[in-house]
Amino acid sequence: MDFNDSPEEAAFRIEVRTWLEANAPKKVDTKKMSEPEILKLAKAWQATKAAARFTCMTWPEALGGRGATPIQNVIYNQEESKFDVPRGFFDIGLGMCVPTVMAFANDETKQRFVAPAVRGEEIWCQLFSEPSAGSDVAGLRTRAVKDGDDWVINGQKVWTSGAHYCDFGILLVRTNPDVPKHKGLTMFWIDMKAPGVEVRPIHQMSGGSNFNEVYFTDLRINDSQRLGAVGDGWKVALVTLMNERLAVGGSTGPNYAEIMALARSTVTEDGNALANDAFREKLADWYVQAEGLKLTRFRTMTALSRGQTPGPESSIGKIISANQLQDLSNSAIELEDQFGIITDTAIAPMEAAFQQSLMWAPGLRIAGGTDEILKNIIAERVLGLPGDVRVDKDVAFKDMPTGR
Amino acid sequence: MNFDYSDDQKFLKNEARKFLDGNCTSAHVRKVLDNVELSYDADLWKGVGAQGWLGAAIPEEHGGLGLGRVELCAIAEELGRACAPIPFASTVYFLAEALMLAGSDAQKAKWLPKIAAGELIGAFATSEGPGVVNAANLQANVVGGKLTGVKIPVTDGDIADLAVVLANEGGKPGLFLVELAGAGVTRETLKTLDPTRSVAKISFSGAAAERLGDAGEGFALTEAVFDRAAVLLAFEQLGGSDRCLEMAKDYAMDRYAFGRTIAGYQAIKHKLADMYVKNELARSNAYFGAWALNVGAAELPIAAAAARVASSEAFWFASKENVQTHGGMGFTWAVDCHLYYRRSRQLALVAGAPKVWKERLVQQLERRNAA
Repeated sequence: MDFNDSPEEAAFRIEVRTWLEANAPKKVDTKKMSEPEILKLAKAWQATKAAARFTCMTWPEALGGRGATPIQNVIYNQEESKFDVPRGFFDIGLGMCVPTVMAFANDETKQRFVAPAVRGEEIWCQLFSEPSAGSDVAGLRTRAVKDGDDWVINGQKVWTSGAHYCDFGILLVRTNPDVPKHKGLTMFWIDMKAPGVEVRPIHQMSGGSNFNEVYFTDLRINDSQRLGAVGDGWKVALVTLMNERLAVGGSTGPNYAEIMALARSTVTEDGNALANDAFREKLADWYVQAEGLKLTRFRTMTALSRGQTPGPESSIGKIISANQLQDLSNSAIELEDQFGIITDTAIAPMEAAFQQSLMWAPGLRIAGGTDEILKNIIAERVLGLPGDVRVDKDVAFKDMPTGR
Repeated sequence: MNFDYSDDQKFLKNEARKFLDGNCTSAHVRKVLDNVELSYDADLWKGVGAQGWLGAAIPEEHGGLGLGRVELCAIAEELGRACAPIPFASTVYFLAEALMLAGSDAQKAKWLPKIAAGELIGAFATSEGPGVVNAANLQANVVGGKLTGVKIPVTDGDIADLAVVLANEGGKPGLFLVELAGAGVTRETLKTLDPTRSVAKISFSGAAAERLGDAGEGFALTEAVFDRAAVLLAFEQLGGSDRCLEMAKDYAMDRYAFGRTIAGYQAIKHKLADMYVKNELARSNAYFGAWALNVGAAELPIAAAAARVASSEAFWFASKENVQTHGGMGFTWAVDCHLYYRRSRQLALVAGAPKVWKERLVQQLERRNAA
């Protein structure tokens, strides 16, 4: 066991670091900037990366990549994480949507869309979840009805990250309600600026608006925008979702080091909080979990570096990190005692980082697979336990019972 | 990046599993469990010696195989999985590690070949009563090379030939080698939570004691030995946790209630998923401990603490929820669940309880922060 790069990996790391040092934009304080202003910076950085082929690196050269190995991709991400560059706008599009387009669209469509997406000129979103179809996304209700060469779409999507700044999206709809739910779905790509598409931001419990509702009212699209066969939408969606685990990165937010710093400067009923036994035990638990996750990523890297597919160990990350963020944030505000209620960034310790993560953590436990769904996935796909009893398998979608 | 066993290490681990599948079945473990006269499985102990495992990490010049600590970790993982009823940890993780850490050339030359050859069982004696032994309450005392005091509990103390004992000498804490067959040693086997491992009370009244390591370094050396043992014990714990998850899965798949296998109920699936998550976190932390131990990294104290905390938590959770998954059958003597429930407690306590290790971990974090 060792943590060293192979000679080839070390050489690549130096190449990446040298390039980043020469090209990464200078750190800017984005706290006071509007989202469109930050997006502008992000697009410029994406264009720079694309020109040097440091984005979509594992894709073939013809599609804008460099045919890199997965481990080279990890090395780039590790090195880039040391720089304060704008992040997060392109992950879903380039990680999930455009690969789906690449897998199922005709050559003409690929020619039109792949390159501008790689350069960051056009951004893509994923339109799957609906108010009545969350964990059970195949229960979605948005309807597409054939009309000559066109399809007419009516319905509503929800939790669409970035829909308000996206140019295009991949859309999963019901084309046949007379067959069981998985069999009546079809995938399309759409223009988010087309008439009949309305984006409304969701006001989250955290106060922010990172997600949207997207309404479709008689949206008319051509059959040439179909991805995969009519009725094959579920299979296409699985390709998209397979990429999700790779695209959704680790969580951000305060960790054991930050709460340790808070404890050091906080006085409790029996002296310094860091001297409190109960706190010290929790601190050790958080450290062990955080280190365990970091080291588990090293195991994934080892598999990649040996040319293997990473094992199921990569599936445990979000369950641990999201729950720890919630637990740690709550411990931090309780540590602050009465003061913990304050969210004013000018007054609260660490610019209210713990209060913010406390309000963000519930979303993290739900997004990209709830704790419960992730545990089902581990139980069924990793441990090989049987799936749940299904009452919806052979029932036509239109005959399925519905709640609100 | 190479954060996994190598192919050779995997081969060794696989061979160890095959050997233990034949020589350390549940029946072998139960023979020791059910017979109060039996402290360990002597045939298995001989077999393990013949495999060369006792000297796996002992240098060739002292009669060992001279392999790395990672190889020893691979063996430990399999011993834990099999719930092996032998004094392997006491002899290899504690005594041999203590000798290699602090022994003089003469001490190493005298004892290490005997360990490697399977001619000697070891023990490590620090505790003197409930709670943690420290400089203020340490009673054992050496005067003129003669040890007086009581050590309780001492794992494998009733069958060991040679013990490392923590005691004061001239007001300075030190470690001492004591041959237990000599004069001035009285031993009494104790009843414990895990009868598949043997524990004794040892009373010393003027037993011959030879210092191991420097005078005054008793507690520092004990901590250093515990750091090494903790990593190796973590692999035994990991092997046990994995086995508990397997047992729970196998039972759930075959147990039918309300017209279907209970493995299909989310209450069971989520319980087993929780076991899996804890086992993987423990595995990653244990691997880091193995790396730190193998290369003698400065990170060893914090790596060992993290490995011990994660593995203790994983094994406790897996062993208790394995009983729960088995329902009423899990509570019977006849089903093996309790063997692991018992062993999880033995392994969690033998080098100091998890609470102590959490404190050590935080002290390391504070030190790192101050540096």
